[in-house]
Amino acid sequence: MTRLITRRSVIAAGAAAGTLTTLPISMVRLAFGGTREDFSFTYISDSHIQQIKGASFVRNWDMGLKRAVAEANLILPEADFVMFGGDLAQLGKKEELDHGGEMLSHVKGKLHCVMGEHDYYLDLGEYWSKLYGPQWYSFDHKGVHFVVLNSILTTDEWTFHRWPTAEQRMLEMAGLDNPNGSPFMVGEKQRAWLKDDLSKVSKDTPLIVFSHSPLQKIYKGWNFWTDDAEQVQELLQPFKTVNVIYGHVHQIQYNQIGNIAFNAVMATSWPWPYPDTYAQAGAHVPVLTVPMNRADPFFERDATGWQMIDVNSGRVTARYQLWDNQERVVGYDPRLGKPVDKKYQEAIVRKAPQLHY
Amino acid sequence: MRRYTIALVLSAVLLSPATLADEFTTTDVDRWQGEFDSVAKKGRELWTSGAVGTNGVACAQCHPNAANTHPETYPKFQKQLGKVAQLFEMVNWCIRNPLQGAALPADDPKMTALVAYIHKERKGVAIDAGKH
Repeated sequence: MTRLITRRSVIAAGAAAGTLTTLPISMVRLAFGGTREDFSFTYISDSHIQQIKGASFVRNWDMGLKRAVAEANLILPEADFVMFGGDLAQLGKKEELDHGGEMLSHVKGKLHCVMGEHDYYLDLGEYWSKLYGPQWYSFDHKGVHFVVLNSILTTDEWTFHRWPTAEQRMLEMAGLDNPNGSPFMVGEKQRAWLKDDLSKVSKDTPLIVFSHSPLQKIYKGWNFWTDDAEQVQELLQPFKTVNVIYGHVHQIQYNQIGNIAFNAVMATSWPWPYPDTYAQAGAHVPVLTVPMNRADPFFERDATGWQMIDVNSGRVTARYQLWDNQERVVGYDPRLGKPVDKKYQEAIVRKAPQLHY
Repeated sequence: MRRYTIALVLSAVLLSPATLADEFTTTDVDRWQGEFDSVAKKGRELWTSGAVGTNGVACAQCHPNAANTHPETYPKFQKQLGKVAQLFEMVNWCIRNPLQGAALPADDPKMTALVAYIHKERKGVAIDAGKH
């Protein structure tokens, strides 16, 4: 009974109640024109709810999502809204989306959802859309323009003509390392929509873009990849303050490309290895990234968790709530012009478990 | 006479080309490699299958391309097992826990296949037993 859900980060967050959104997260506050408030939202992602059969589901993955929702609901002051970053289901089944959706329905506050490939490739997002609405959309909150993309689309040939059944299509895409998969893409239609959506937004307005897959190219073999990433980045670069937050990779990643700061979020289900630890691949993890601590499978929830995202002057700070690990904080440093880990960025202070091989 | 016969038989055994230790050909080497590859291929099938345990979870869900399995570091001390353990014991830990299945005997052909696949994906990495 020593490890109730009121674990240290939640206790710490509770103790900081009332000051949470005004903690000195950025080293320097940038002055923007106009009135803009700092605020926080919570980010839960990649729960991979998996049906065994009937009313029986994989307990381990259930527990991750339940715990994230329970903890996120304890945070005071309450977050402004909740994001779910995609892959609610493992094989896109109605039963999985319903079972996960039931747990997710307990979050306090407005919920926005991102489409993941595990939610999509059984019925091409039909049931998910019934539950959560459009697959790409935008909204404004306290002076920040938010965009949600469906970045896990792929070619028409692969989607419509390659596989004899929808179930097989789902299974082929569900295998992360499956060579029969296909690179993710945002696609022309959605890029045209994005271009139009952004044309109505001032270049001084901070942008936060949510996608499931990284809108940058990390490792194609595991689809840590979006094939038209550069074309999407091109639409975002003219804005002064751009943040992209993505799920899918089940690990801490962050990067800076031009004006765009990238942050990945953790999964509630299980962690993934960093692609450069695969001995047969020459993958590139962003050099900025100080990896999450190496997972120890003896702890069921090790290297999984959820995030509080603080938005200060339009810049993102991700506070990783890691159940069996020390909390990590990665935030944009305006002096350096890139995201940094607030504690472990310098090589000299890193811990042995942060060395992956 | 008897001694002569034994000597003759012994020399026949020793000199017979088929029994010389250094007499194997590239055909043999290819065949042996093929045997390994076919077992490793079976291992890959098991690795990505939801049928190794009982709950449909596959090894590959957490370990794409068998990454983060570190076969080169075994045997090594696993603090939760409280002893120096072999790779198959960790495979069984995963089968029992995340896969909610029954442990395999160390020499079960399925275990051999899984271990063969793990090693194949880690080919080229220097042996470093005991490393954590």
